[in-house]
Amino acid sequence: MKSLALGTAGVCLLAVLSLFIGATDVSLGTLYGALSGAGASDQAVQVLLISRIPRTLALVLAGAAMAVSGLILQMLARNKFVEPSTAGTSESAVFGMLMVTLLLPDTPVIVRMLVASACALGGTSLFLLILRQVPLRSPLVVPLVGIMLGGVITAMTEFVAYRYDLMQSVRAWETGDFSGVLRGRYELLWVSFALTGLAYVAADRFTVAGMGQDFTTNLGLNYRRVMALGLAIVSMVTAAVIATCGMIPFLGLIVPNVISLIRGDNMRRSLPWVALLGAGLVLACDIAGRLVIHPYEIPIGTMMGVIGSGIFLYLLLRKNSHAG
Amino acid sequence: MLVERMELREGRGLSPAAIIAILAALTVASIALFMTIDARGKWSFVLSFRGTKIAAMALVGYSIAVSTVLFQTITNNRILTPSVMGFDVLYRLIQSALVFYLGASTVSTMDPRLRFVVEVVAMVVFSGLLYRWLFSGNRRSLHLLMLVGIVFGVLFRSLSSFLQRIIDPNEFLVVQDRLFASFNRVDSQLLAVSAAVVLAVSVVGWRWMRTFDVLALGRDAAINLGIDHHWAVMTVLVLVAILVSVSTALVGPVTFFGLLVANLAYMLIRSHRHSLILPAAALIAILTLTGGQLILERVFSYNSALSIVIEFVGGIFFLFILVRGSTR
Repeated sequence: MKSLALGTAGVCLLAVLSLFIGATDVSLGTLYGALSGAGASDQAVQVLLISRIPRTLALVLAGAAMAVSGLILQMLARNKFVEPSTAGTSESAVFGMLMVTLLLPDTPVIVRMLVASACALGGTSLFLLILRQVPLRSPLVVPLVGIMLGGVITAMTEFVAYRYDLMQSVRAWETGDFSGVLRGRYELLWVSFALTGLAYVAADRFTVAGMGQDFTTNLGLNYRRVMALGLAIVSMVTAAVIATCGMIPFLGLIVPNVISLIRGDNMRRSLPWVALLGAGLVLACDIAGRLVIHPYEIPIGTMMGVIGSGIFLYLLLRKNSHAG
Repeated sequence: MLVERMELREGRGLSPAAIIAILAALTVASIALFMTIDARGKWSFVLSFRGTKIAAMALVGYSIAVSTVLFQTITNNRILTPSVMGFDVLYRLIQSALVFYLGASTVSTMDPRLRFVVEVVAMVVFSGLLYRWLFSGNRRSLHLLMLVGIVFGVLFRSLSSFLQRIIDPNEFLVVQDRLFASFNRVDSQLLAVSAAVVLAVSVVGWRWMRTFDVLALGRDAAINLGIDHHWAVMTVLVLVAILVSVSTALVGPVTFFGLLVANLAYMLIRSHRHSLILPAAALIAILTLTGGQLILERVFSYNSALSIVIEFVGGIFFLFILVRGSTR
């Protein structure tokens, strides 16, 4: 409990840091000046309210939700190397976003997100369906199948996008970037926050479902219903994050794996940790991305691509890895 | 001279030599069609304009086909290819790193041929080190290698876009178009020097044809038959790295093309002789590129989506191999 409080404090510290980093000078000094009306304009307050606070909230919400959905997916697919971007989920969501942009250009963002969720759900189900056909000789086949399926779906997306000149939008969904997050444009992420809460309530069910269909049925749980709930949560979270800020690759893979190295596999106990580390990692990456080439920014998709694939490689190649 | 080897296989269907002859005829026909169809205006312009395209496609097809077959020979399987292992993205990373260290203005005013040579040398060194490390030591499972290769690909791609972001973003936009080729933007400045490089590699490869056949038997058998396995594998890796550099410098990374072409060649030829497989794979590659481009351009009037179609078909093929579980 104590260490969990310590972790929360760390994330809060990062969040506060995130409020004060960016191209516009926002500091306690300028804020105080603006509030006391002494000279300085209230530009700093405006930036803080419209851009910095929403951005920081979005980072925390998206980070926690993506990490948790990675954990859920790992339980459901019974494989450590699965997460939305290695299961076809993210790519299908992007496909859904493209389709809704193309066919129903004037729909509100919540409808777009729901369509994208439906596509994500379809893609993930297809992934699980293919897995059932695969002779499971190695746990590594599972992420391979997912990545390849994602590649095929991406090719479809790009084929359509190319034709209708929408490559720019597709690239934006494929590369996570929080620099466009403003008040009024991130609220969708509260949906994924609610879903993360739901996942915590249902955590024990997912743990049980992770032990297989027979075991689950034996304990009197409806396996299909648990699977459906989990997949729905993962799809909606992924779609919400992609609709707001784009894909954050490998986050859902590395965070649960690091936590499980440290704290084991009981989902209810590890879930708060996964959420915390997810939020913290995304905050740290985004802050670093804002600092490296200040006043420009490196999008978080690129930062996570480097860090995430590096840690993924470490997980794959470390000695005594069960995968080897 | 291929006809002399006809005796090696009877089986059902056509002999390998006949298949190669048919492929060659089809390739020539496809190239001829590509050069002449819908030609309006001056022939001298049309022929030189399309000739450049064809030359690039032929070089790229040849390089990808040969590098993939050779890579599969030294790694002893049919599913790992240089692109799946991240070779071509590594080349792209080296290009970005060069821009990063030398500065965008220096690189863009540099002689493109000199730049190409520097990049190829760096590529040979780095890929040699990396893949030597991956493939030596305790034997790793094929699935692990595949996954590691793909993740390395993601790492290289992210690192290269990271470097591209660190370079002054405005400056970078200017050089991006000039330095990074893609399937839609063939870099024709490099044609002559690439052709020379490919020719040199082919001459070396030609003398090694029989060694390749022995290497394909596996490490232990090759050593038993008197091959210095370590040295031979290193040499082949160098050849592969050079060929991958050529194709990536001309049209950028294409992940699944090599996989498709090599497997198609093995399916059609049903032999393990490199003197048959290599020409067949190269012909299939050139035929697919020219024919595919022709169909997309003329029939669907849909330019420059060939690489996307290749990724789509290749991805499904890869999934198919995985699902069937026949990864060896």
